[in-house]
Amino acid sequence: MTKNKQTLTITIDGKKIAVEEGITILKAAEKAGIYIPHLCAYKDLIPHGSCRVCSVRVNGRIQASCVQTVSEGMVIESDTAELLEYRRMIVDMLFVEGNHFCMFCEKSGHCELQAMAYRFGITAPQFPYLNPNRDIDLSHPDVFLDHNRCILCGRCVRTSQELDHKNVFQFVNRGHKKRLEVNAKGLAETDLNVTDSVVNACPVGALMKKRVGYEVPIGNRPFDHASIGSEIEKTEGERK
Amino acid sequence: MKPRIATCSLAGCFGCHMSILDIDERILKLAELVDFDRSPINDFKHITTRCAVGIIEGGCCNEENVHVLHEFRENCDNLVSLGDCAISGGIPALRNNIPLEECLETAYLNNPGIYNPSGIVPNDEEIPMILKKVYPCHEVVKIDYYIPGCPPPADAIWDVLTALLEGRAPVIAYDSLKYD
Repeated sequence: MTKNKQTLTITIDGKKIAVEEGITILKAAEKAGIYIPHLCAYKDLIPHGSCRVCSVRVNGRIQASCVQTVSEGMVIESDTAELLEYRRMIVDMLFVEGNHFCMFCEKSGHCELQAMAYRFGITAPQFPYLNPNRDIDLSHPDVFLDHNRCILCGRCVRTSQELDHKNVFQFVNRGHKKRLEVNAKGLAETDLNVTDSVVNACPVGALMKKRVGYEVPIGNRPFDHASIGSEIEKTEGERK
Repeated sequence: MKPRIATCSLAGCFGCHMSILDIDERILKLAELVDFDRSPINDFKHITTRCAVGIIEGGCCNEENVHVLHEFRENCDNLVSLGDCAISGGIPALRNNIPLEECLETAYLNNPGIYNPSGIVPNDEEIPMILKKVYPCHEVVKIDYYIPGCPPPADAIWDVLTALLEGRAPVIAYDSLKYD
């Protein structure tokens, strides 16, 4: 594992970039100042590949860029009308599948799903709302879990295991019945602590700290003026 | 003749209409550009003639909302869903995963503070029938353009309206595209 890493050359949207072997397309793009939209990929967690927002065409085939590692001479397309349309559809589906009430959500302005929709310029979803019946777990004194807003990205499952070395969250069932569960009757009975990294891992407002909602005034929130990914795109050139 | 604009609030709170007024002094320019047809501003009960733009606030929670929405669709060249309730059902749609009977019982019968000695859920024929769930407007008729927000920023309303009146494709700037 300690042998010297080789440098490979790949092409993303016509731009040739030198990358070290073993890293994912998503990370390689990020280092080159190219933002590939993504939701379930988070920090250095083992990639999940579940949201498919980061789908790109690799040598003509569609792949999730968060799990696909680079290889020599790869030709990657990301910023194409076709892929933007697919990504938009995925975000639309995430919105209609849950109960996302941005107008009173504490996460609004900080939410990555909302920010993704802003970036794509979505004004209304193209699919009918499902209005599912989902629970809210308020049992924990400092943290709550609102399943209405959960997009099943698995960031909490992986953060709890990989960073907190706990196992607070798990998925149960499959397909459209898949849902997030806590490994106890309620959050209060798990070993979840408000200082755990997992509390900040949720991209939406499903897992949130209590009593800190709406702390940042409208206009000062992260995505009020800058679109998601713009901080990566700004670094273009500097990191090369 | 000036192009005509019609507006209405279905299952909304009139917050979006307040946001229309929030275009401030631009409302004088708007009065030069258009005439208002059916709207809470003039209290016309029905659309009188063909309109260039119809603006819908709120989703459909009862039969009357559906009738009004159809009237707008039939008489407006461009129909705009204004605000989160028109686009997603919004706050009224919070009841969508609760059985209707349970909602009515909680509202009129079994809740602390309710005084209802007759024990009747209002059912007068003058009252529009409530729908089983609250629908966003585009699930009832075809909607041409959407302005999200709760309420939508006045700049977004102005930009979309002026674009439509000038025959341009409306684009909402990043800073004005908000869901809250």
